[in-house]
Amino acid sequence: MKKTIKMGKIVNDFAENKDIAKKIRVEIIMPALSKGDEVVLDFYGVSGATQSFIHALISDPIRKLKDVAFDNLMYQNANNDIREIISMVYRYMQESLDMNKDEE
Amino acid sequence: MTIRHPTGKTVNVKIFLSNQGNLRNFKSFARSLDLSNPDKLVISTHDKWVTVHPANLVVAAALAIQAGKKNTEIIGKVPETGRYLDRMGLYELTKTPSPFIYHKKEEAGRFVPIKIIKTSADQSRFITDVIPLLHLSEENAIVVKYIIGELVRNVLEHSFAKDGAIVAAQYYKKTNRVSIGICDTGIGIWKSINTYWHPKNDIDAIKLALVPGITGTTRREGGTSENAGAGLFFIKSIAKITRNYFVIYSGSAQYTLLKHKKRIKGLPRLYADPNRDPHSETNTVPRFQGTLVAVDLSLDETPEFNYLLSNIGDIYDKSIRERKRAKYMTPKFI
Repeated sequence: MKKTIKMGKIVNDFAENKDIAKKIRVEIIMPALSKGDEVVLDFYGVSGATQSFIHALISDPIRKLKDVAFDNLMYQNANNDIREIISMVYRYMQESLDMNKDEE
Repeated sequence: MTIRHPTGKTVNVKIFLSNQGNLRNFKSFARSLDLSNPDKLVISTHDKWVTVHPANLVVAAALAIQAGKKNTEIIGKVPETGRYLDRMGLYELTKTPSPFIYHKKEEAGRFVPIKIIKTSADQSRFITDVIPLLHLSEENAIVVKYIIGELVRNVLEHSFAKDGAIVAAQYYKKTNRVSIGICDTGIGIWKSINTYWHPKNDIDAIKLALVPGITGTTRREGGTSENAGAGLFFIKSIAKITRNYFVIYSGSAQYTLLKHKKRIKGLPRLYADPNRDPHSETNTVPRFQGTLVAVDLSLDETPEFNYLLSNIGDIYDKSIRERKRAKYMTPKFI
């Protein structure tokens, strides 16, 4: 099953409210990915986001679900700035995954 | 500094707003503060001309809120330029009536007066409704929203300040620059970061907080599900790339990122280690219970935000890789 989250309807024009990010992550993203569903985050209508917001939204799925998140979490209508921030979070989370794994 | 009060008594001034209130001179402002009694606040200004950066303004506002309106006053001769203090809302936080008379509609300027943000919902409303008062282009507005979004969130999440985040901003047409100040009277950076990192003093705490990937909520790389420790590094980097000042004042310490000289061609180089940036630092300013973060943003010097993000992201990754490498085992050569 595919679940699409219309971010623009939840966060308005600029995404900075981490409480909302956490709510989306805990109530929608994690349960859906854990069930094996695909999740599409649709950023239509969102002009920008803070790195903190994106981190609060997707770092936990990457850390806890790893390949499931890489395979089943997708992004739609993200402008270049938002793409850059999402890509950044992907990079540093993978770097730190390797690092924390090494320490375990 | 002492001044003669209207009652005839000589009183100690706690905050003096000079005619040189910019980030370059912030250290002088901080040094002149008298923070010995947080329950009473006396503000005075230069008698001929007063220039106030939002940084100075939010410090004054935060201390006024902490002392309470009935314990805060503005005394002495305030020059005509002091009208700005009224427009920005400082008089409203004091028991001193404003001597300036003007119609509210004369306020057509590009500024964000002192605002208090206590919740994340307040923050979202502020970003949506108040930033447009600066009348910036969409591209520049994104950068300002980004800076305010990250800094206010830091206050709400880490400062435990009962009065919330105090924010003010100003657009300066002549220099095409936006200046932002955000202040709180919470626990300060040292206490916020001490649980996991144990910095030995306030300046070490500030510099640790500026390192990408260092957060007060964990020692784990990649941070927690809610914190990555990137916020302050991002803001400092934006200031550096746009060749501006960036100031943090918390406890007895102050760190100022110095302006990257215009004659040095090319984009300023970013560093994960704040010690490598041209900066001034001190650990001996009057102890401020809380945190101030202030930044200037020259709109002429601001590259595409995407380019900014990409550069900052590269340094962030590099910083994690370097920490990783520092933990590698080394061969035993005998």
